[in-house]
Formats: sequence, structure tokens, C-alpha cells
Amino acid sequence: MTVCKKVVLRFDSKIVEKPIIYSLIKDYGLITNILKAEINPHKEGYLVMEVTGENQQYAEGVEYLNSIGVSIDALDEKVTWIEEKCMQCGLCTGLCPTHALKMNRPSMNVTFEGEKCIVCEICVKSCPAKAVELHF
Amino acid sequence: MALIKTYEEINEKIKKGKAVVVTAEEIIDIAKEEGIKKTTEKVDVVTTGTFGPMCSSGAFFNFGHSKPKMKMQKVWLNGVPAYAGIAAVDAYIGVTELPEDDPCNKVHPGSFNYGGGHVIEDLVSGKPVKLEATAYGTDCYPRKKLETTITIDDLNYALLFNPRNSYQNYNVGINTTNKTIYTYMGVLRPNMSNANYSSAGQLSPLMNDPYYRTIGIGTKIFLGGGIGYVAWHGTQHSPLEERTEKGVPTGGAGTLALMGDLKQMVPEFLRGVSLIGYGASLAVGVGIPIPILSEEILEYTLVKDEDIFAPVVDYGTAYPNGEPGNLGLVSYAQLKTGKIEVQGKEVRTGSLSSYPKARQIAQTLKDWIMNGKFLLTQPVQNLPSVEDDIRIKPLVIK
Ligand code: SF4
Ligand code: SF4
Repeated sequence: MTVCKKVVLRFDSKIVEKPIIYSLIKDYGLITNILKAEINPHKEGYLVMEVTGENQQYAEGVEYLNSIGVSIDALDEKVTWIEEKCMQCGLCTGLCPTHALKMNRPSMNVTFEGEKCIVCEICVKSCPAKAVELHF
Repeated sequence: MALIKTYEEINEKIKKGKAVVVTAEEIIDIAKEEGIKKTTEKVDVVTTGTFGPMCSSGAFFNFGHSKPKMKMQKVWLNGVPAYAGIAAVDAYIGVTELPEDDPCNKVHPGSFNYGGGHVIEDLVSGKPVKLEATAYGTDCYPRKKLETTITIDDLNYALLFNPRNSYQNYNVGINTTNKTIYTYMGVLRPNMSNANYSSAGQLSPLMNDPYYRTIGIGTKIFLGGGIGYVAWHGTQHSPLEERTEKGVPTGGAGTLALMGDLKQMVPEFLRGVSLIGYGASLAVGVGIPIPILSEEILEYTLVKDEDIFAPVVDYGTAYPNGEPGNLGLVSYAQLKTGKIEVQGKEVRTGSLSSYPKARQIAQTLKDWIMNGKFLLTQPVQNLPSVEDDIRIKPLVIK
């Protein structure tokens, strides 16, 4: 049976140099489609991708990632932005790692693009108006 | 200052629906095109606005007497304590007050889901609120306990009274430590990863009247979606802060004590807020009209985001320890691009106050005045300004 999952990988500076995607493809035969990636100046980063492969290979791939210290989470949680509750302050827009929550300039209106969200939950915790909710 | 118009003349025009009213954003371009002299003659009122968490806010209530009567000694609204150390059935709820069983920061950072600000929002929304009170009982007020449900309509009196609102300018919060901190300036990530500011800049009331020449005691304003008044200068009002050449302070400076009948306000402009790791508060919408009485007053309203500077303050070390100093000044024009530079590092910015709401408030107030619904009031007394020697002192522990 094949699986196809959207996942977030989070890793720190020690792992940045490793060819993890290459290994997933070559050693585990997984098809990867990178949707988004970012590595900050402290060399910590995240990567959102779609992974397709045989069940067994997928499980082994996950095991490999965990063994080298990469956290892997499924993207089946969803963040919803409740526009009517949003005060348009923009506090979240200075924190959102993917700019899914974004301040449009010069109007200064805040908008949310669900496809960019990696469900890091920073906004869920920090929105003063509780305008962002986490759903499973 | 040569006055070219009076309050009476402006009000006459408002009554006739002939007043020229523009927002503090719009006036900038108008004056650029038409010049100071012509604009002063043409424009009667400039409206300002701001919307953001204002912790020094709260409301006075009178609940009315139960049968038998009671001298309420302790009062709770939806579990949030209100101060009852005043007359028998009066109380004041502060927006940062928390239920006694709130875990606060025991598990850090606390979420502070519900506090006094949320009680006020619920009341203004018309929601039923649980009222509990206890007392020791007296001959005239024998009842010792009471539990019931009220709505804002049941209250005899509900006065929003905010001892410190509408800060003239404010710090930009940043964190130089290597741990995330949770402050009233929001979440500040380590190593100066983000910076938060809190002002509507060029739209903000006291930015447009930096020496408080027109905003004074008795000034009629937009407050929480209804009508309010300036009651006094606010706590920590400090006019002697450093200022730019144009008179714009580069630190907190002026504040206002505001009040108004809560019953005519709306939840859209009074929102209970939760600041993770810090506490609960209330986001308040304030809009103040500035009568263009002279060229000097007009010129103050032309202030632009690039003329307004705020200090970048380290909330990781300097601020909590009460150490002076900052990491430099940045303009609101820079802050509003979403990025600033601090000590050579590019830092993302976020805002606690809402610029779109500030704009909406200035626009609403403009509409009220143009429709002849809102007349201006002349202050009965000016607020302390730079000629007055008022300063805020730190608390010395003896
Ligand atoms: S922090 Fe909350 S209220 Fe503010 S812009 Fe973001 S979603 Fe809206
Ligand atoms: S959970 Fe919130 S902060 Fe995180 S990526 Fe999604 S929108 Fe951005």
C-alpha cells in the first residue's frame, strides 16, 4: 500500500549539512515534493513536504529521520483564522514563520493563506483576540 | 497663536452640515497640495484614531439593591473580582483583573483566557454575566450572600473609566537574551528575532496635538464605539519627555484619563484580550477630533509616520531591571514596513495596536461630525504640558 502525506520536518544546526532528502529518495525509495523550506541564520530550519511511497518504506524513512534527530509531524492538524474575531493588529504577522498570516502594506490589513501554514501554532498561542484556532 | 476660527464657528458649520472634516491621514496630502494657509481656512476638523490594548481601563457599576439589602463587600463578575470598597452596591472592575483560580503563570507561559476586559466585552455584547457578592451584614444591609445573573440593561449605571489610555508614543519591544520572553509587548523571541510596537503613529490622537493645545478636560471623543470625554490627564502623563524639533515625543509622554457611558459602546471597539505569559486586558478604540483653530494647530496634525520615532527597548534585560537606555530610535514608517534594523541586524516587526481599526475610528468620527451628530467641546481646562513641571518618579524602596 502506498501512502501520501504532508509532513513538517524540523531540525537544528547539526543536521543542516546532511543530505536528508537525498537519503529519503535513494535509500528509502520515497518520492518527495518540497512545498516549503526555510533555514534561519542560526541554521535551524523546517521543511514542509509531501512524501509518497510504500508503507514500509515510509515507516523506515521516518525512523531514519528520528534517529538523526529530525522531528517529523504530520500536517493533519489545521489552523483556522476567524476573520470576524481578528482585530487586525498584526502581532502574529511578526511571528508567523511562513508568512501565512501576513500584513498587507500599505493597507495594513491582515490576511491568512492556509496553504502556507505549517501549523507551528505560534499564532494560536499568541493571538490576543483568540482569532486563530487549531482543529484536528 | 493667531486664532482664525473658534469652537462656536466650527460647531455652527457642523450643525448646518457644512463643516469640512478629514482624517489625520487625509490632511497630510491636502496640506501638501493647498498649503498651510489655505488648508487652515478650509478644513475645520481633523479626526484621529487608535485601537489597542490599554491596561489601565475599567468600569464602575451600580447594581441596584436586592431585597433584603446588602452592602456588597466582595463582588465577582463571571468569577472575576471587582473592587467593592466603595458605596453599598457600587463596584469597579479593572480590565487586568483575573479570576482567583486562574493558574496565572504557574505553568509558564500562562494563557490568561478570561479577565476583567472580557467581562466588559461580554456586558457590552449584551451577554448575561454571573454576579456574586458576599458581605458581613449590617443592621441596614443585612444580606450576606447573593448570586444572580445580570445583563448590561439590568445595571443602573455602567461607566467606562480608564485612568490611562491613548499613550502619546510607546516603546518598541525587543529581546536580546537567548530565551523567548512573554511580555505585555507580546511574544519576543530570542536574539532580537522580532520587535513589537504599539501605536497608530500618524493617526494617533496625541501625536496630532503634541502639546495638548486642543485636547483637554471635557473634550468630547469617540470611545469604545460610543461617545466619551477626556476626564483628566492620565496616570504617568509625562509631557517633559524628549521631543523632536516638531514637538513629537520620542518616548511615552502624554496619556489621557477617559470616560463614557458603557451602555452606548459596542464590542467591536472594546475587546477583551489575552496576552500570553502576561495577563488579560482590554483593547480600546479611541478617536479624538482636533479643531483647526490656527495654522499652528494644523501644522501639528500634518505629522507623518516618518517624523515619529520610538525607542527600541530591550525587554529581556534593561526594561525589567529598570535600567535606562535603548537600542536606538526607529520611525513608524520603518516599523510599518515589517522590518527594522537594530544594531545592524534586520528584525521583523509586529504590532499590538491595529492600524486598520484606527483608520476606521477616525473615519467613523469624521462621518459623525459631517452628519451633524457630533459637536465639538472646548476643554474646560488644558492638560499639563511642557510648561508644567510634572514628571514621573520611580518608586524608591526605603
Ligand atoms: S494576532 Fe490575532 S488579532 Fe492580531 S492580526 Fe493576528 S490573528 Fe488578528
Ligand atoms: S500556525 Fe500560525 S504562525 Fe504557524 S505557520 Fe500557521 S499561520 Fe503561521
